[in-house]
Amino acid sequence: MDLANNLQVLFQGLALGSIYALVALGFVLIIRATNVVNFAQGDFAMVGAYILVVFLNQLGLPYWVSFLLSLVCMVIFGLIFNYGVYYPLRNRSYLPVLISTLGASIFLQNTTLAVFGAQPKLLPKVLSFDGLQIAGVFLDSQYLVILVVTMVCVIFQYFFFEHTLLGKKIQATSQDKDMARLLGIPVALMIAVTFIYSSVLGGLAGILVGPILFVSIGMGSIIALKAFAATIIGGFGDVKGAIVGGLFIGVVESFAAYYISVPYKDAYAFAMLFFVLIVLPQGFFGEKISQKA
Amino acid sequence: MTKLASPPNATGQLSSGANAFWVAVLICLAVLMPLVPWLFNVSVFVVSMLMQSSTYAIAILGLVVVLGLTGQINLAQAAFFGFGAYGVALGTTVYGLNFWTALGLGVLSAACAGAVIGLTTLRLGGHYLAMITISFQQIFDLVAVNWIDFTHGPDGISGIERPKVGSFAFSDDRAYLALCACVLYVLIALVWYLPRTRWGLAMRSVRENELAAEVGGIHTLRVKITAFTLCAALGGLGGGLFAGGFAYVSPDNFNFARAIEFLSMALLGGVQSPFGGVLGTTLLILLPEWLKQMPPSLQFIKDVYLAFYGLAVILIMIFMPEGIWGLVKKLWPTQRASSQVQSSASAAFKLVESSSEGSAMLRLDQLQKSFGGLKAVDGLSLEVQKGTVHALIGPNGSGKTTTLNLVSGIYSPTAGSIWVDGVDVTQYTPHSRAWAGVGRTFQNIRLFSNMSVLENVMVGAQRMHNPATSSDTSSSNTSTIRDCALEAIAFVGLESKTNELVLNLPYGHQRLVEIARALAGHPKLLLLDEPAAGLNQTEKGELVVLLKKLREGHGLTVFLIDHDMKLVGGVSDVITVLNFGRKIAEGTPSHVLNHPDVIAAYLGDPNATA
Repeated sequence: MDLANNLQVLFQGLALGSIYALVALGFVLIIRATNVVNFAQGDFAMVGAYILVVFLNQLGLPYWVSFLLSLVCMVIFGLIFNYGVYYPLRNRSYLPVLISTLGASIFLQNTTLAVFGAQPKLLPKVLSFDGLQIAGVFLDSQYLVILVVTMVCVIFQYFFFEHTLLGKKIQATSQDKDMARLLGIPVALMIAVTFIYSSVLGGLAGILVGPILFVSIGMGSIIALKAFAATIIGGFGDVKGAIVGGLFIGVVESFAAYYISVPYKDAYAFAMLFFVLIVLPQGFFGEKISQKA
Repeated sequence: MTKLASPPNATGQLSSGANAFWVAVLICLAVLMPLVPWLFNVSVFVVSMLMQSSTYAIAILGLVVVLGLTGQINLAQAAFFGFGAYGVALGTTVYGLNFWTALGLGVLSAACAGAVIGLTTLRLGGHYLAMITISFQQIFDLVAVNWIDFTHGPDGISGIERPKVGSFAFSDDRAYLALCACVLYVLIALVWYLPRTRWGLAMRSVRENELAAEVGGIHTLRVKITAFTLCAALGGLGGGLFAGGFAYVSPDNFNFARAIEFLSMALLGGVQSPFGGVLGTTLLILLPEWLKQMPPSLQFIKDVYLAFYGLAVILIMIFMPEGIWGLVKKLWPTQRASSQVQSSASAAFKLVESSSEGSAMLRLDQLQKSFGGLKAVDGLSLEVQKGTVHALIGPNGSGKTTTLNLVSGIYSPTAGSIWVDGVDVTQYTPHSRAWAGVGRTFQNIRLFSNMSVLENVMVGAQRMHNPATSSDTSSSNTSTIRDCALEAIAFVGLESKTNELVLNLPYGHQRLVEIARALAGHPKLLLLDEPAAGLNQTEKGELVVLLKKLREGHGLTVFLIDHDMKLVGGVSDVITVLNFGRKIAEGTPSHVLNHPDVIAAYLGDPNATA
């Protein structure tokens, strides 16, 4: 195969990988704040995309107004999710919480199905121009937007956690809830903020990927599985790992689909996950959470 | 830790007359179920629903073992169900095998898949398992739909054979239902009995506190893999019978939605008990039928029933963690029968001596442990002589608990080696150190909260190579283990609490249970991590008496950490003092406690300027 084709595949892989990375970031934040994996993380993306569909396609509002309104809705959604699904179980072990988020995921998907039907929805691209043609490689504008937004989110997140007081408080909460509470940090609020932020990140991922993958009921779960694979491959609970893992999966998947077989496209990420678990169980960057006697 | 809900039903013995009545009712219902189609003229539809319930329920029993008993999640039970179903379907239609062979192959393939997933994932903990099982479930679905040459794809496989026994063929649906029901009842009985066995105890201890189980000599990884494999095999068996019953399978019987349905069934009924699991299965299979009877305005529920499952799962987790069966059990509080254990408690505890030649029981050689840049233990060498009580003291953060964690294998050292009774155990896992004769307690008590005192101590007694039980050739003999545990309980003076849940004991008694648990394994070396922490003066006095009794009467070697100087000075033969991970003094109590470096370490150096 020639270079241009390979570059084309690489570009697509990076863009898809960015989406996985965005959702994986949401995963990692909640893992760090609550030590629990949110199995509805992918459905945040689905919900975000459908909310945009409502504002844009059904109510006919301008794109940027719909976009901002969708993010506002995701803030509210994150808050409801926190109080409905996580908060009542906060003092129990991880298993009930995990099962509860799983229940939430099923609930969200099937409620959406009942409201919107099984027919996938279409979303327009963020930018009106189609893309750039550089050296035989077509750079789709939506893919470019995805790459840029992911980069901005990563930089924002880095500054937020390392250089703001709120970020430090959330970090303290994730490391030792009791101690944080003793120091006067409102732990419940910090966790609520984490859920809100993850919800917005997830919604953003859904809105961005909508024009590429169609907006459908199952879009979230398949993204979430790959994003979770990304967090494991990168190293459980590691921000850097989530980004690298996400990009890695996106790229490998695109190449495998191009060179091997398309119907099994979704299986490659899992195959890779099994492989990494056997060879490198701590992931690329090592696990952040470990047991203590 | 990884437990899903509080008390297990396992130890509650049915004793009173009211309970006997309800047991009789249950048995009657069970016997009647497969007879109904013979006695009454019911539709084919009812028979097929009963068949669905009984085959699903077998798969749910797998979840009871893995989720309820062992505290591990499995979101791929529908895939394992599918392994069994496709085994029977392909075996009987394509490869011309007879039903039983095909069923055996199906169950075997499900078990193998379960074992492989368990082996790769279970050492990593719960989240990984959840995600890997979901992934596995998705891959199974992809393969079943897309690999048309092998699985026949979305069209599915029809014309699946029913089994024969001799010349009798189970071609009548009613006969086949009776067969499924018999298999189910046998399995219910086995799963009900499992928590009382040695393996069941091990599984429950893993659910309650994995770290304590591992340090207590349970090969936790093996236990988890066994439970997971068993779960997969039960899934496969249910699936195989399902395929035979309906004579047709297609991928949508085994997709992720079905896995969620299985999980909801188990949780709704109560995943702690096989009865709960079966109850949940029956209810959720009947539910869609009830919904059909609803007025048309409520018919929409039928189309979105999965949304309700999702909501129900959240609500069950919040309000009813033990499911419906848990609620039922609360209405009929069972009394704990105490008569069953009193009889054999007469034998006095006698530590079985099994150490080899040589004078040092524990030898640390240039032991080092760093956490990032921090050297918590920095080149520590010491010897604990046989039959002595050796204390390790030092200011906070001096590396005491780290040292103990290194000795029991929870941490692996950065450098140096650890020898127990002349054997280099540096590379041993925690449970194999327990097998080599190391017992320990924890500073913040780690008991199996929802198990009785006896069960807690039995977990300690069942360690491999326990000299008190393995003199018997059948070391898996539960009654030997029970006797051994009862002796240890009597030794710490808790005979009257034998059948209490440890959760309900006061703090001081919980400490004693932990010590009894360690003693029941008849260790060569006992590690005590701040045994006096949180005890009042009386209890401390009793602890000192106990420790002296252990050393003088039994010659047990004890290595302990504590802050209470009176206690340490009173019981120890030798004291080692740590500061910043290094040894600063060692010797008899009177020598060490007056050592200027020790005083400086604890109280500050009087010559240093502030």
